[in-house]
Amino acid sequence: MGDPAIDWAAINADPRFRELHRRKMRFLGFLVAASAIYYFMLPIGAAYFPEIFRVRVAGAVNAGLLFALSEFVFACGVAVLYARRAGRDFDRLAGALADEAAARTHAGAGRDA
Amino acid sequence: MSGGRAAGLLPLAAVAAPASAQPLAVVPDEYRWLSFAVFAAIVGLTLLATYAAARRVRTPTDFYTTGGGVSGMQNGWAIAGDYLSSASFLGTTGLIALWGYDGFMYSVGWLVAYAAVLLLIAEPCRNIGRYTLSDILAYRNDPRKARILGALSVVTVSACYLVAQMVGAGVLVKTLIGIDYEISVIAVGVLMLAYVVFGGMVATTWVQIVKAVLLVAASLAMVALVWRQYGFLDGFFAQVVADAGVHKRVAAVLGDAAAGMTPEELGRRFLEPGLLFATPIDQISLGVALVFGTAGLPHILMRFFTVPTARAARMSVVWAMVIIGGFYVLTLFLGLGAALKVGAPAIAEVDAGGNMAAPLLAQALGGGPESLFGNLMLALVAAAAFATIIAVVAGLVLAAASAIAHDLYVGVVRNGRAGAEEQVRAARVAAALFGGLAILLGIAAKGQNVAHLVALTFAVAASANFPAVFMTLFWRRCNTGGVVAGMVVGAVAAVGLILVSPNMTYPKTVVAAAQQVLDEAPARLALIEKALAADDPERVEQAKKERAALGRAVARARDDIERHRQQTTSLVGLEAPWFGLRNPGLVSVPLGFLAVIVGSLLYRDPRAAAMWDEVRVRRHLGVLAAGRRPPPASGGAPGQEGF
Repeated sequence: MGDPAIDWAAINADPRFRELHRRKMRFLGFLVAASAIYYFMLPIGAAYFPEIFRVRVAGAVNAGLLFALSEFVFACGVAVLYARRAGRDFDRLAGALADEAAARTHAGAGRDA
Repeated sequence: MSGGRAAGLLPLAAVAAPASAQPLAVVPDEYRWLSFAVFAAIVGLTLLATYAAARRVRTPTDFYTTGGGVSGMQNGWAIAGDYLSSASFLGTTGLIALWGYDGFMYSVGWLVAYAAVLLLIAEPCRNIGRYTLSDILAYRNDPRKARILGALSVVTVSACYLVAQMVGAGVLVKTLIGIDYEISVIAVGVLMLAYVVFGGMVATTWVQIVKAVLLVAASLAMVALVWRQYGFLDGFFAQVVADAGVHKRVAAVLGDAAAGMTPEELGRRFLEPGLLFATPIDQISLGVALVFGTAGLPHILMRFFTVPTARAARMSVVWAMVIIGGFYVLTLFLGLGAALKVGAPAIAEVDAGGNMAAPLLAQALGGGPESLFGNLMLALVAAAAFATIIAVVAGLVLAAASAIAHDLYVGVVRNGRAGAEEQVRAARVAAALFGGLAILLGIAAKGQNVAHLVALTFAVAASANFPAVFMTLFWRRCNTGGVVAGMVVGAVAAVGLILVSPNMTYPKTVVAAAQQVLDEAPARLALIEKALAADDPERVEQAKKERAALGRAVARARDDIERHRQQTTSLVGLEAPWFGLRNPGLVSVPLGFLAVIVGSLLYRDPRAAAMWDEVRVRRHLGVLAAGRRPPPASGGAPGQEGF
């Protein structure tokens, strides 16, 4: 595939694109790292620190159950956070860049023809 | 599984004979029509959706990705439908019912795996890929090599998962409606082919939506009934801890370690980790396999190609997250509810893996096996599970068909030069061929242990597909050499480690366990005989049930010994597992990544380097991507193919 009409290197070098890339990757990296740590705390904790999971919190409910249920809140929170940030922030930057690129391409194509 | 062949020579023959002659019936004969009617109604509904969809499928884009005419919320339900497999509904509920807390760790794993898909893979795939996983690999790398290898991997992964699902469906239908296993498998296969061949992704999407709604509704109804009987949250868990059946189960699992524990301690133990997973590393390795395996499953990736814009993609992902998350929380109450209401012995007896826990719970909640309402509930839940299986197998056939038709035929054989009509025809033919093969494999796998097939699916997806796709998308220096090395090494490591893992059947262990059942049987029978002589009618009734169960266990044990008489080693000639982990992910995923890195550094590939700018830009900007037509202004305008 590949579309020679679009100057990918130019977009890639565009400071606004660099900014978009940097911010998005930083945000994603943060979410991925946080999710990974929070998730693997469950199997690692269950395997090596079962006594913490056994702590009784309320009646028959123990800390392990609450922790496992909190994973659901955490995961849904990550999804909502990402969708909101992306919709508010990244989409606008990406949209502007994409529109410009498309306009340039059409102009270029017109000249070629 | 019991094949019902008793040798009929040992002292327990009298007990064993009636049990082996008649397999355990979950639904009494007079209510079979009910199961049948509910199944037929649901199948009819999905076929109607297929009929409506079939008329809309004209271009490859329609066939593979619905042509973009799916809204964010619809796609969210469809993603949830794709994702909530029968393994996660029937399997996880059963694991929780039998193993308590450890079973629930599966639910958490499935959900977090989905979060990983969202963050790492969904958006870049949607922005760069077109129809298949190989599209992403072929974008930067040598298209021929990438497509051939990618297609091979997709077909293998889909076939393994498909056979496991078909076996599950066959057993489910056989248990509930009483149709022969072979006919059940053929019926499932014909249905899934009807959806895919005629309706492509449009029909598959609607089947997924129907199934997801059914599954969630059935689960909600059951949980509501469980809560009504046992109380909400704290009251519910207190009941679990206080339940005598749970105490018995935990004591049986722990064996000698349970000596000296009070009933309350036994009950608490059920809600604590460590009953199912013997080795701690196995839990972590399972997490790795679930999370990365899901991100590398072709039929899950394919779903992201159906949304027209990045925004719609994210909307659908959030919808899916809420549906999937909510559903997996429900599995905790379903599983524990089944442990309370049905009890572990009854669940394990119908299916040793616990797969029938949810249908049995439904039956018990509705009033038991003798009541009309109980059997109606059972039929509804089983039909939801059945719809789940056919929806997932349809997704799998579609993924495999797209790999064969789009990557191998159009991409490699025809070099990308094929008209819209030819592409759709190729996809339909590929779906029919692959589906036919799956039916044959499903029949051949009758009575086989398919646990290793599921482990294999996730291991190969995690170790071969995921590193290759991820590094292609995110690493500047990744190239054809790395992708080829990563996929080969990852797949070989995953398959090799599974072949020597505890997932395989080891005849010596099986025979030893069966022999133990036979050895203990006379003593147990004596105890039961004593109870039978008692005056208490309730105890006699209980003893009769125990005698029947013992008879079935003995028949199964004899059958096991008989079956393994000829061989003493596993498929690859081992007497005991050589590699201790059920999920090789912890070892094979890093190996896959390492191979991608080493392969890329050793190989020179100017094209992959030159394409990096484009990949990076497209990953973020998506829609301007050439080759992907702009989103339709509203709904599903008939697709004009821009090839």
